Amino acid sequence: MSDRSAVSVLDTPNSYIGRSVSRPNAKRLAQGRATYVDDIMLPRMVHLAFCRSPYAHAEILSIDGTAALALPGVLRVVTMADLQDYCTPWVGVLDHLKGIKSAPQWPLANGKVFFQGEPVVAIVASNRAIAEDAADLIEVDYKELPPVTDAETALDPDTPVIHPELGDNLCFERSIDSGDVDAAFASAAVVVEESFHFNRHTAVTLEPRSIICDYNPADENLTLHMSVQCPHMSKHLYAKHLGLDENKVRVICKDIGGSFGLKIHTYSDEMAAGALTVMLGRPVKFIADRLESFVTDIHARDHRVTAKMAFAQDGEVTAVEMDDITGIGPYSVYPRSSGIEMNQVVNLTAGPYKHLNYRVRARAVFQNKGVMCQYRGVGHPIAVAVGEALVDKGAAALGMDPAEVRRRSFIPDDAYPYTSPSGAIYERQSHRQSLDKLVTIMDYEGLRREQRALRERGVYRGIGFASLIEVTNPSPAFYGVGGARIASQDGCTIRLDPTGGITCATGVTEQGQGTETIIAQIAASAVGVAPGQVRVITGDTDVVPYGGGTWASRGAGIGGEAALQAGKELRRNILEVAGAILQTAPENLDVRDGMIVDAKGFNERMPLAELGRLVYFRGDTLPDGLQPELVATKHYVSRSYPFAFTNAAHACLAEVDVETGLVSLLKYWVVEDCGTVINPLLVAEQTRGGVVQGIGAALYEECLYSPEGQMINGSMADYLVPMAAEMPEIYVDHVTTPTETSELGAKGVGEAGTAGAPGAVMNAINDALEPFDTRLSHMPFTPDKILRALGKT
Amino acid sequence: MKPHAFDYVRATSLQDIFGVLDKHGDDAKILAGGQSLVPAMNMRLAAPRVIVDVNAIEALHGIAVVGDMLRIGAMTRYVEIAASDLVARHAPLIVRAVPFIAHAAIRNRGTFGGSLCNADPASELPACVLAERAVFNISSSTGERSVAANDFFLGTYTTALEPTEVLLSVDVPLSGPDSRYFFDEVARRQGDYAMAGLAARAEVRGGVLVDARLVFFAVSDMPLMVSATAALLEGQAPGSVDAEAICEALIQNVTPQQDLTTSSVTKEHLMKVLTRRAIAAFAREEA
Ligand SMILES: Cc1cc2nc3c(=O)[nH]c(=O)nc-3n(C[C@H](O)[C@H](O)[C@H](O)COP(=O)(O)OP(=O)(O)OC[C@H]3O[C@@H](n4cnc5c(N)ncnc54)[C@H](O)[C@@H]3O)c2cc1C
Repeated sequence: MSDRSAVSVLDTPNSYIGRSVSRPNAKRLAQGRATYVDDIMLPRMVHLAFCRSPYAHAEILSIDGTAALALPGVLRVVTMADLQDYCTPWVGVLDHLKGIKSAPQWPLANGKVFFQGEPVVAIVASNRAIAEDAADLIEVDYKELPPVTDAETALDPDTPVIHPELGDNLCFERSIDSGDVDAAFASAAVVVEESFHFNRHTAVTLEPRSIICDYNPADENLTLHMSVQCPHMSKHLYAKHLGLDENKVRVICKDIGGSFGLKIHTYSDEMAAGALTVMLGRPVKFIADRLESFVTDIHARDHRVTAKMAFAQDGEVTAVEMDDITGIGPYSVYPRSSGIEMNQVVNLTAGPYKHLNYRVRARAVFQNKGVMCQYRGVGHPIAVAVGEALVDKGAAALGMDPAEVRRRSFIPDDAYPYTSPSGAIYERQSHRQSLDKLVTIMDYEGLRREQRALRERGVYRGIGFASLIEVTNPSPAFYGVGGARIASQDGCTIRLDPTGGITCATGVTEQGQGTETIIAQIAASAVGVAPGQVRVITGDTDVVPYGGGTWASRGAGIGGEAALQAGKELRRNILEVAGAILQTAPENLDVRDGMIVDAKGFNERMPLAELGRLVYFRGDTLPDGLQPELVATKHYVSRSYPFAFTNAAHACLAEVDVETGLVSLLKYWVVEDCGTVINPLLVAEQTRGGVVQGIGAALYEECLYSPEGQMINGSMADYLVPMAAEMPEIYVDHVTTPTETSELGAKGVGEAGTAGAPGAVMNAINDALEPFDTRLSHMPFTPDKILRALGKT
Repeated sequence: MKPHAFDYVRATSLQDIFGVLDKHGDDAKILAGGQSLVPAMNMRLAAPRVIVDVNAIEALHGIAVVGDMLRIGAMTRYVEIAASDLVARHAPLIVRAVPFIAHAAIRNRGTFGGSLCNADPASELPACVLAERAVFNISSSTGERSVAANDFFLGTYTTALEPTEVLLSVDVPLSGPDSRYFFDEVARRQGDYAMAGLAARAEVRGGVLVDARLVFFAVSDMPLMVSATAALLEGQAPGSVDAEAICEALIQNVTPQQDLTTSSVTKEHLMKVLTRRAIAAFAREEA
């Protein structure tokens, strides 16, 4: 199916693919001229705030909104009883995750609250400040119920069941037992074991969740201005649950200030805004503030893992066994479910290695904490950190170099396609080549020498590796087969405009990661114009082809391929018209830099602008019988493999101050194989941003909960995000193994940084502390934990 | 995160301030740099009915030597302190502390007086002025009074200021040729409130330490002057202090308060680390 002949647009001299084109939208964002949802003002718009549950688990006995309603400027004070007729509940399960279960969720609490921050009463007012004043005046009488907060005891028989109708607190369980695990452990030269904590953290997007719902009762149209990654998915969900005709719902996403997976889920407060606009016939704006974001945005991770790994004497990994329990809050999140993260852990742990003996059990359990769901890297950071920590520990036990143990255990670069013990099929990866490149660019031997020399002087540096695989370019196997109406195909429509520029509408979305830039590069290359001549339109369901948007690192690989094919089609159409006008065969012509040229010799024949002028305004002069078609649409879905797996090799150089327990990250390296690199600058940005988020998980970020289920650090003062001053220089290099499933050959790169960094940082810290005979495996690695591990406190 | 409705008054004289404070008492708040007050209002932790903006009042600005004291106006911004030759020469402890306070944007707005009046136990400057034995010049419609630093801080966010009073300036005794300073803190990220910090000053006279003051911050509900421990330094040659003995004495006398991610024992450990560093610094500066 791939068409990589000599004339591929990827290789033409004026291709923009592979070039570090800077982002056209960067200026707008940097100058504060972006349009975020909160910047949009609509006539007659009203504002929404919520009275939220102060308890993690309670029954609502009564609600008194009289004083709130009496406040000047307050229009409505609404409880779930008032919304019953406006919105149907939703349940976050997928058919292909066998046995997954969850409870119905509503826009407002329906009799009970299950986590602190759950919306209980909605207040509609003429501005947000008044709505907040009113929220303070609402009296809700609660009867507290016992909170279930500890994931590890959530399944104990004497732990209360959060949703009695479900029978127990188990949301989802999956296990794999492949090969002969017991025999492999019994005959191993070395077995290492470790228990891990992966802290709960959250996305902290600069732009919080934001929505304006605008229902027009006259034509029954609903327009949603949303900060969301998947406009078409939202269109479907709002139509479905508000009981509207899907054809009458339009979702518009202008600029989006970061999303990281946070903005692909259904949130009660946003759905309440939808129900209220239908009730009131007025635009309703809801912008989550930072305090409510901390308690209501999806959280990530929250895993407790015990795992062991077996090694042969020569260092080869022979078997892995692990048990994972993950606390997902009180609901499996709709529509993607909270089972996917855990499923990825099951599928991917120790993924780069050729061990065939693999036993894993993972369970997702309900708790009375904020909901946990897909966030950048989905499950990968756990899978990678567990596998990589055990490899390092095994290497130490064998007295071998950790890079060498990896080399011996990798699936060899020539063994592809390869089926993993979890059944995942890898098309082609380059673990060995990537690691070899990594150790070269970082000067591994030199660093080891320096490490030894510094130790003599009481300076403790460590080097941590993490090799990984990442799921990208998903096929319908991810959600579609599970019954969710989340498109894995995507489309692109490209039009030649009379000026010779092109307009390109794509179903993938821009969240700040540069999608519009790479789509412009691809379209420009495919058609034959400069990227500056391309206008890219994203994020409007009335305008763009039906598509999935941004998730699972799919924008470049899926949306990019659709753009490439649409661009090629448009170029063919242009050449057909040009051939007719110039009285030559289309094969004799080409488009270069906005000019029709002779295919041989590149003599200039006619500017595209002239062709546009003739086609659009002087059709009377065109040859008889010619009906020009200067718009082309193509779609693409990945089918031959369920996913395009990428791989990467990370390394971190860390210094631990054994007096204060502070960790300084000195340098970080990534060798990334995402197939065809469309824009090295953006790949590096994605990788660095991802690494920084992974560092956040390893060192800083944690949603701290009291035993009662209260989040106790829900503000930017107390929740520590990684900041520039502490970040190391991050060097990014590439190995390029294009996927054969598309002509473009691009795989995703958005999440690999986040996937690798927690493990690499953990390994670097443990390597630094090697002389002290202690190991840390409970993230985040705070000074408190490090000093304790060192026996200083 | 919208504040309750409030009135805003831009004062152009001290009389304006007193007028508002006398009328509204506890319901009024002075607005200096706004870097603590405004977030607190947005989070509805503070809900003053009136704020009185004192930024325009000349009398609160400026840095000058007055007798044997350096007078720093309450409205002096961190960024001005960091750039001031006078402060560098006469109160180096304060200059050393400023880079540890928050981030550049906040240092551009935040003020010396605002930090002291806010009395956050994790703040750097309250510890510094205690170590410096500074004097607070306070005014109200009924007159002026001076309060020693030691009597100013009463607890978390609590000071000796009455609701009707305004801090005019702070007088810091001038640094002498014998003065030795130490400032350091341990924080997880640059600009964060510390897990533990230490501001210290001592004089070296006749080859021995005298009048040493050690003030810890971020370990208690207010800056913590450890006088008994500091007294052990008295009369010792800076280069031959038994740091371990001092550390032992230190933790006999205090139990630091834990915070969200730092336990009391960790803070105790960090206090010892800082104490050792201070002792080493006194010796180094002597050499
Ligand atoms: C992100 C961030 C990080 C920060 N990190 C640190 C840090 O690491 N260390 C640190 O010390 N601080 C930190 N701060 C706080 C900052 O230093 C504030 O500037 C300072 O605490 C208050 O000074 P201000 O001038 O902004 O006062 P304001 O916020 O205007 O006022 C603070 C309080 O003092 C009162 N007040 C102010 N001036 C007077 C006066 N002349 N007389 C009587 N009362 C007065 C006000 O009424 C108010 O109650 C941080 C702030 C932020 C936003």
